[in-house]
Amino acid sequence: MLEVKVPSPGESVSEVTISNWLRADGDFVNMNDELFEIESEKATLSVSAESSGVLKILIPAGTTVKVGALACTIDTAASAGTVPPAKVEPSPAKAEQKGAASAVVTATAQKIASPAADKILREAGRSTSDVAKGSGKGGRVTKEGALKAANTPQVAAIAPAPVPAAALANGPVAQIKAAPAHMPPQVAKVAYTGERIERREKMSPLRLKVAERLVSVRQTTAMLTTFNEIDMSNLMQVRKEYKDKFEQQHSVRLGFMSFFTKAVTESLKYFPAVNASIEGDEVVYHDYVDMGIAVQAPKGLVVPVLRNAESMTLAQVEMEIERLAARARNNQLTIDEMTGGTYTISNGGVFGSLMSTPILNPPQSAILGMHKIEERPIAVNGQVVIRPMMYVAMSYDHRIIDGRESVGFLVRVKEYLENPVRLLLQV
Amino acid sequence: MKYDLAVIGSGPGGYVAAIRAAQLKMKVAIIERYPTLGGTCLNVGCIPSKALLDSSEHYLQAAKHFGEHGIGTGALKLDWEIMRGRKDKVVDDNVKGIAFLMKKNKIDVHAGHATLLGSEAIRIVGADGKSTEITSTSVIIATGSKPADLPFAKIDKVKLISSTEALALKSVPKELVIIGAGVIGCELGSVYARLGTKVRIVEYLNSAIPTMDATMGKELGKSLKALGIELYLGHKVKAVDTKGKKVKVVATAPGGEDVELSGDYCMMAVGRRPYTDNLGLENVKVSTDPRGFIKVNEHLETAHPGIYAIGDVIGGAMLAHKAEEEGVFVVERLAGQKPHINYRAIPWVVYTWPEVAGVGYTEEELKQSNRAYKVGSFPYRALGRARAANESEGVVKVLADKDTDEILGVHMFGARAADMIAEAVVALEYRASAEDIARISHAHPTFTEALKEACLAATENRALHL
Ligand SMILES: Cc1cc2nc3c(=O)[nH]c(=O)nc-3n(C[C@H](O)[C@H](O)[C@H](O)COP(=O)(O)OP(=O)(O)OC[C@H]3O[C@@H](n4cnc5c(N)ncnc54)[C@H](O)[C@@H]3O)c2cc1C
Repeated sequence: MLEVKVPSPGESVSEVTISNWLRADGDFVNMNDELFEIESEKATLSVSAESSGVLKILIPAGTTVKVGALACTIDTAASAGTVPPAKVEPSPAKAEQKGAASAVVTATAQKIASPAADKILREAGRSTSDVAKGSGKGGRVTKEGALKAANTPQVAAIAPAPVPAAALANGPVAQIKAAPAHMPPQVAKVAYTGERIERREKMSPLRLKVAERLVSVRQTTAMLTTFNEIDMSNLMQVRKEYKDKFEQQHSVRLGFMSFFTKAVTESLKYFPAVNASIEGDEVVYHDYVDMGIAVQAPKGLVVPVLRNAESMTLAQVEMEIERLAARARNNQLTIDEMTGGTYTISNGGVFGSLMSTPILNPPQSAILGMHKIEERPIAVNGQVVIRPMMYVAMSYDHRIIDGRESVGFLVRVKEYLENPVRLLLQV
Repeated sequence: MKYDLAVIGSGPGGYVAAIRAAQLKMKVAIIERYPTLGGTCLNVGCIPSKALLDSSEHYLQAAKHFGEHGIGTGALKLDWEIMRGRKDKVVDDNVKGIAFLMKKNKIDVHAGHATLLGSEAIRIVGADGKSTEITSTSVIIATGSKPADLPFAKIDKVKLISSTEALALKSVPKELVIIGAGVIGCELGSVYARLGTKVRIVEYLNSAIPTMDATMGKELGKSLKALGIELYLGHKVKAVDTKGKKVKVVATAPGGEDVELSGDYCMMAVGRRPYTDNLGLENVKVSTDPRGFIKVNEHLETAHPGIYAIGDVIGGAMLAHKAEEEGVFVVERLAGQKPHINYRAIPWVVYTWPEVAGVGYTEEELKQSNRAYKVGSFPYRALGRARAANESEGVVKVLADKDTDEILGVHMFGARAADMIAEAVVALEYRASAEDIARISHAHPTFTEALKEACLAATENRALHL
């Protein structure tokens, strides 16, 4: 019998909420199967089985417990072939039916997901307990029910619409296109029934923390935003020309993110205040760049950090992003991997944003917002031409960054990206 | 150019994986060492065996049962060349269909034998000896299986044959010995017995189709005997002699004495072994178990990251539809989706006539695990439609949890069981109770009413027509 205790999601966290059971009581689980998810002020993590056996759940979903509490046991003596049936919870409906025509107890269908519903719930990181009431026969969870549950926002699953970058507890929400192209970001859809229904849901600990921090950033910094636009023609040409070779050579796709990262790290050399932070009455300058780059995780956006991005090659940047994105998708990022950034890049373009003002992630003093690339007519040498253009925005803390610095920095980033050769020449 | 996915082997596991990957916008290559696509299943397995099973059953009906319907046929004639030719045409149509599907889905087909060179590189040597190399981010091994034999009796493809040769015999043999009363032995034994061959099947275990529910083995055994097949159960083969004009098979009977069986051919049907010859497993970190099956984790990934394996080559149920499910599973996971395979809900079918089909736990498994269960059975002879069709031989058996009534297993022996099992699979996937099925309307008169009645019997022993 293996005892599974609630792990600590990071230093200084003593209480967590078991948000979700991913397997049912009585299920046979294999080693490494994900068992449950915990949610704290800092992060959401999933806990996997360290051995195979039959699961016995001791703490129901939604309960807040101390780190170290016994969450479940795994009976390692049982083998896959001898799984006892999931315990039937006597439902109130059944009690009422007693004495009715059929004396036979039917299987409790509630919490049983149809094959398609099961897949949808897994992908959304949800379980049947997220479906209020199964609408199928006997309360079975149907595909429709699963879709609804999957699309109901939970823990900042969707960034607040007008601001692409919302700070998560551990950082702002920067976005890169981490998921494969064929996985469109899911958007919640509520069915209007014509009735005046209001739904109330408890904010999760994570969401509460996010809210608190967002407001505090506004109140404790002097945040301003500067804008510019980038003609992406050259960069797109370079990428088009070399993306296959690059991939062959480095086994990783060549994206725009690596160019942006390098453009930023090079520019920061000239504007150290942009990479600094305020601590009490001191300014802390960082002579290195730890770049926060947000990726899509099952429960929302997280911001892992690329350490020493200033000394990485383009390929190393792409590889590191890919590695962190994979860890994020599997809920494997540790708190350490998500803290300590000195600067952040956020990409609202993934959602189609044309222009927005990202919000700072203290103690960082600046954040760059990338946006959608769109063909637009612009004037070049007195001629109207059509070019792939991207607006960029940088929000900065005016307390330590002057207007001259912020604007100069962003212009430099723009110049690097419009002429990627300059990155190479470092001019 | 580098592929997103390279699939080695174009059997039902491989080609389905390739199509699913193309649907998910991956750039896909499929590699096949044989001149035609479709693997064991389409070329020398499921499809040709079913073609011959269907033809030979028609012949048997004409020979034995048309009279009961009042149909006279005069002198019945069997033209084996035409029968075999029709089978070849069916195979040809099917494999061409796969080639079309590859083209339609823009999948690159590479003809030749594939050898893994490392993480992402694969060498392909064509029939002409020409060698090419491709690279791919992910690889799926779907190289399937080959007929197994016994240490003292190696298949020579002349007298001591496998199912592959048995599907293409020059003429209908007078006598045929089959070693192994598993699915393939029973199916091909039926084909030739129907056409007049004296078929003798030797089986080491005490029942035909020993992995299925014991009731099914018993029923099938009776029916094979009625067809004129001699079943030597509990017999251990100890020698096969191919030197003479006839093949001689010596087996030890349960009592200890030896029996000698002779045939024009001896077909080895003792199972299939994984096929990984010259696949280059030594160049990558892929490992195999003692029997040669490729080892995979629960995501069907081998010890070498990015290299996956599916179908017969990883063992488990050696079934085409199991290989297909695994192909889709791996590809969807690669695309970031989270599919799941319920191995308990993969049905088994034996295409004899009557057919045998089963899904879920067998009664023996439930007994062994001390699970409290109940049984509901319903015989075909009580079924109006079965009597109308002159198909009264058969039974449907439903196993349900004693307390929850959840259906745990369904086993059928009877006409059209192969198609009827689908309903039981749906029931299992949705974890239906026996009463659920009993409360669902079934068209009358159909064979499927037998399932409903068996469910009624399982629910509270209240079958209507018994
Ligand atoms: C007589 C018979 C009847 C059967 N009837 C049924 C049935 O009715 N229903 C059912 O579900 N199952 C049936 N089966 C089993 C079914 O055929 C197999 O389970 C199924 O074909 C397995 O699919 P697969 O994709 O794993 O491999 P296979 O179908 O064996 O395909 C593997 C392919 O890989 C190719 N290959 C191998 N190595 C290489 C290499 N290095 N390079 C390139 N190509 C390579 C092979 O040439 C082959 O074409 C039957 C089998 C037999 C023999």
